[in-house]
Amino acid sequence: MKKSMILFAGLLLPVMGWAAGGAIYPDDDISIDWSDKAAMQRGAQLFTNYCLSCHSAQYSRYNRVGKDLGISDDLMKENLIFTTNELGEQSKVGSLMTVTMNQEYGEKSFGTAPPDLSLVARSRGTHWLYNYLRGFYLDDARPFGVNNGVFPNVGMPHVLAELEGLKKAVKEEVEDSHGNKHEVITGFEQVSEGSMTPEQYDQAVKDLVAFLDYLAEPYKQTRKNVGTGVLIFLLVLLILAYLLKKEYWKDVH
Amino acid sequence: MSKQNNLLGWIDARFPLTKMWEEHLSKYYAPKNFNFWYFFGSLALLVLVIQIVTGIFLTMQYKPDAALAFSSVEYIMRDVDWGWLIRYLHSTGASAFFVVVYLHMFRGLMYGSYQKPRELIWLFGMFIFLALMAEAFMGYLLPWGQMSYWGAQVIISLFGAIPVIGDDLTLWIRGDFVIADATLNRFFALHVIAVPLILIMLVVMHILALHEVGSNNPDGVEIKKNKDENGIPLDGIPFHPYYSVKDIVGVVVFLMIFSAVVFFMPEMNGYFLEYANFEPANPFKTPEHIAPVWYFTPFYAILRAVPDKLMGVIGMFAAIIVLFLLPWFDRGKVHSIRYRSTAFKGLLVMFVISFIGLGYLGALPATEGRTWFARLFTLGYFGYFIGLWFISKNEKTKPVPERVTS
Repeated sequence: MKKSMILFAGLLLPVMGWAAGGAIYPDDDISIDWSDKAAMQRGAQLFTNYCLSCHSAQYSRYNRVGKDLGISDDLMKENLIFTTNELGEQSKVGSLMTVTMNQEYGEKSFGTAPPDLSLVARSRGTHWLYNYLRGFYLDDARPFGVNNGVFPNVGMPHVLAELEGLKKAVKEEVEDSHGNKHEVITGFEQVSEGSMTPEQYDQAVKDLVAFLDYLAEPYKQTRKNVGTGVLIFLLVLLILAYLLKKEYWKDVH
Repeated sequence: MSKQNNLLGWIDARFPLTKMWEEHLSKYYAPKNFNFWYFFGSLALLVLVIQIVTGIFLTMQYKPDAALAFSSVEYIMRDVDWGWLIRYLHSTGASAFFVVVYLHMFRGLMYGSYQKPRELIWLFGMFIFLALMAEAFMGYLLPWGQMSYWGAQVIISLFGAIPVIGDDLTLWIRGDFVIADATLNRFFALHVIAVPLILIMLVVMHILALHEVGSNNPDGVEIKKNKDENGIPLDGIPFHPYYSVKDIVGVVVFLMIFSAVVFFMPEMNGYFLEYANFEPANPFKTPEHIAPVWYFTPFYAILRAVPDKLMGVIGMFAAIIVLFLLPWFDRGKVHSIRYRSTAFKGLLVMFVISFIGLGYLGALPATEGRTWFARLFTLGYFGYFIGLWFISKNEKTKPVPERVTS
């Protein structure tokens, strides 16, 4: 019975699916500079301090992150590894970035288990992440007192509130083409200060998103470097192949 | 030199090595006027080899287990040396396969390569296309991402529309009430063994049939009609070395485009690797919008264009069956578009617009307006075959030259 319900939902939802989605607030663009290792290091620090305890990054390893971002194993151990293994000791530098929170506890606490973040920059995209992390606003109706302008009714609390402070949403009523009225967020008003200015906070989120982008595809830079070499090789090969063809085809009329 | 001859002689007495070399390469006479459109056959063969070789290496690390599949793919991407390259070659290769095959098939439509005496080549080719679709569909489940899961769920549930046996059939295909570990395991078996075996056999038959009757060409004239005193077609040149060296140029150009995708845009903006597929399969959470990968979208659009589910499924399969029957829809004697009527050209243009239009619409969520366009394009798609049946009988064609031009 349960299974056939799931199947039914599965068949129905894709038909209803496109009703969802729509405008998000904020909706600012972000560009990521892969050569800026310092920004990614700062992002890694934010990530291990604020994210990596509920969320895991179970497909990456600490020492791989260290190697790619230029952080030594010792520095990793001192400053970035706060998780523990099953013995309660600090996670090994070569281990995967897993966390001890289990699915069941996550669901009980937040309504849904915090997802793994290894690939979130690929599934959600950096634009989404940048705005999501800047989109928390006060809402008494939510269990943790905050809602989000990008991901409405998200289960996650505003973990970075001590940095950003808290904001309330400025809402306006608009009418869509079908004549239905919706409340949309048009701005935020700072209610309490955090330890960062709004500009500093935007920069911090940018660093964090840059790190998440790295985390989703650690080999991205290698991929592009190899690709450039391959294309140059093929270009040379193309010239040779063309000359060879021309030589053979001289006598075809 | 003589040593070599001795070795070759020794082999030739026991295996038709020289005979096969000559029959299929050095003394296989191909028309000398092949143009751009004739690269895609050999390119399809190249992509097949890329898929098989990268597939073998992927199989060494991949785990066909619902609990492990997703992480084993990420393990390949991150921890296996050059694993990301192997995986991107394979994922891009899947799309590249359809690109070259669609262009190869379009070439056939333009120059009448399916017409008498090449009906069997066309049929073998269509079976290859069918096997390829099965191969791609089952391969797409293996990464066990959200789109893998829900795409397969939607497509397999289509079989449920078949009266009486529908529900039992879907259960039999899945091996469970939903897509599950059992489905993944059998799709893996079919994807890595059964379908590739069938594919390779069909490719061999496709090429054997081609080499029996000889290649068509952009003028659609039979080069075997005009032979010299040695029985060699006057307009023919040996495949090797002429077309082998020419195809190398095509191969390199193809590899440049292919590499540009593999190394610089492996996701191809979500068309080759869908963004939602970077989230592990979750049977309890349906993605906002389920779209098949681009190469299935024309057929998916036909399915959605028909209001009734069963009729939609029939329409989708009919879209493929009519392709099989193309040699018999076309009653014309002239092969090439160069010498066919304006009506034929108009029909072909309509077909191409309809096919691309359907492909575009099939990737988008359906709206009322889009559905009407999809219906129009569906008519255009089937209209090509019906129109061809009517216009080809007494078609006003231009005179066909005796020999190939240029």
